Amino acid sequence: MTTERTLSFTEALERFDPTLGLEVHVELNTASKMFCGCSTVFGAEPNTQVCPVCLGLPGAMPVLNAKAVESAVRIGLALNCDIASWCRFARKNYFYPDMPKNFQTSQYDEPICFDGWMDVTVPDAEGQSVRVEIERAHMEEDTGKSLHVGGATGRIHGADHSLVDYNRAGIPLIEIVTRPVTGTRESAPVVARAYVAQLRDLLLGLGVSDVRMEQGSLRCDVNLSLSPAGSGLLGTRTETKNVNSLRSVERAVRYEIGRQAAVLDGGGSVVQETRHWHEDTGITTSGREKSDAEDYRYFPEPDLVPIAPDADWVESLRARLPEPPRERRARLQEDWGFSDLEMRDTVGAGALELVEGTIAAGAAPSAARKWWLSELARRANEQGLELGDLPVTPADVARVQALVDEGRVNDKLARQVLDGVLAGEGTPDEVVERRGLAVVSDEGALSEAVDRAIAANPDVADKIREGKVAAAGALIGAVMKQMRGQADAGRVRELVLEKLT
Amino acid sequence: MPDISRDEVAHLADLARIDLSEAEIDHLAPQLAVILDSVASIREVAADHVPPTSHALPLTNVFREDVVRPGLTVEEALSGAPVEPEQQRFSVPRILGEEA
Repeated sequence: MTTERTLSFTEALERFDPTLGLEVHVELNTASKMFCGCSTVFGAEPNTQVCPVCLGLPGAMPVLNAKAVESAVRIGLALNCDIASWCRFARKNYFYPDMPKNFQTSQYDEPICFDGWMDVTVPDAEGQSVRVEIERAHMEEDTGKSLHVGGATGRIHGADHSLVDYNRAGIPLIEIVTRPVTGTRESAPVVARAYVAQLRDLLLGLGVSDVRMEQGSLRCDVNLSLSPAGSGLLGTRTETKNVNSLRSVERAVRYEIGRQAAVLDGGGSVVQETRHWHEDTGITTSGREKSDAEDYRYFPEPDLVPIAPDADWVESLRARLPEPPRERRARLQEDWGFSDLEMRDTVGAGALELVEGTIAAGAAPSAARKWWLSELARRANEQGLELGDLPVTPADVARVQALVDEGRVNDKLARQVLDGVLAGEGTPDEVVERRGLAVVSDEGALSEAVDRAIAANPDVADKIREGKVAAAGALIGAVMKQMRGQADAGRVRELVLEKLT
Repeated sequence: MPDISRDEVAHLADLARIDLSEAEIDHLAPQLAVILDSVASIREVAADHVPPTSHALPLTNVFREDVVRPGLTVEEALSGAPVEPEQQRFSVPRILGEEA
């Protein structure tokens, strides 16, 4: 693997305009595969979710999954696409061992969804958005998974042979292809990332996919080309495959801009090819030269009859689409009174739904945000978990805040209550009960503790009597220590001042 | 008569992963030309009022419910594998010049 020369990002943009294109493959979360009844559950033992259809055995006949068609149409509608009134599947012929039929059942010139768009909010650019046009979203099937053995682990280089698991073969995929995105200039890397992030949120909102990039249920190919700055031309593009994290999407665009700029700057020309993304080194390397579409010898799939979505059915699906994520966010920000930064942090932490649920369970928006973004985010981080994977529900968090609001626990105790909930000790109320965490609201006990603190600290008491109210902190601290933190500091302060002024 | 060049035949053989000798290409190219010519004769009867037909039956929207059904066991699935399976997976030759 040789490292190619790259121009700096700034230099590259002085001379060239980048054009982006993104192809996103989404695995649908149907229970069964696209053309057969095999399970789609992730992580099963190899070759335990296969049948004659997805193994491509002779004579097996595919039957289309109705739910997959519905999901495809809903995705298209959410992306403002037209829905084909009639379309077919096509066979894409090529030979690769992860595809046992020797063709992929896909759609070619008759995609089910076409001509859409999505307005993408560009982070770091105040209120700015870029309209990304969607060329098509079509239905196809996933391939099996190859494990290359004999060489370096998992890589094909130096491998003797490959081992194939067909559990993934035939899982419904939707491929979403953008039109070329021009004019983004230095924002190109962040626009690419923002597009994929927003698309992921949209798909999550539709409930059609798990959209877990790390599990491969959302995969991204990045097309990029450069043209001389201001020329308005389209240059030769490369297609960088399998860029499978949001951060990598941004890095891959940035790298290809620098690499192609260096090639062109040196008087060379960009080769139209597939490139491989290397997550570890952050570079792309040359893959195979891209086959022409005609080399796939597409033809209409004879074993599947055409799909003709009923117009009324399509409209009923449209009417039931959820609120789009961008609009939803704007509405929630308004309702909650969050600043742009607070909202961005909430979304960035993956806490939007959690905060929403906590507010719905009765907490004030600022309190809900505080718990999830500070205390719980820290714990999730320590344990290497996603916030949503912590064993605590929005209702629990709302109840903890209610305990604080009722004066039954203070902030410090509230954190211990959360500890208990996270440790599986039960609901917040049960944890308070079992751990004996409620603040002492017995006025008599508190009053005695205050008297003891005053007696033990006559100098401090005198200062307060002379009007130095700030000195009260030392007495409050002494009382809290006696009460082992289980007192309402505000009430203690009141008692101290009552007694000494 | 449609022509199919030696280069086209060689390219198609490559796409189909069929190893053809030079002599076989020379032998097959004219035969393929005859087949193409025969198929092309359909043009003589298919006028504008005859739409291209990909499916013999006038059916649309044949779907199945999204319900999981039992498939093959691992043993059944792997029973036809031409090479001894490893790690419960099909073993295949490595692919040169391409990456999954």
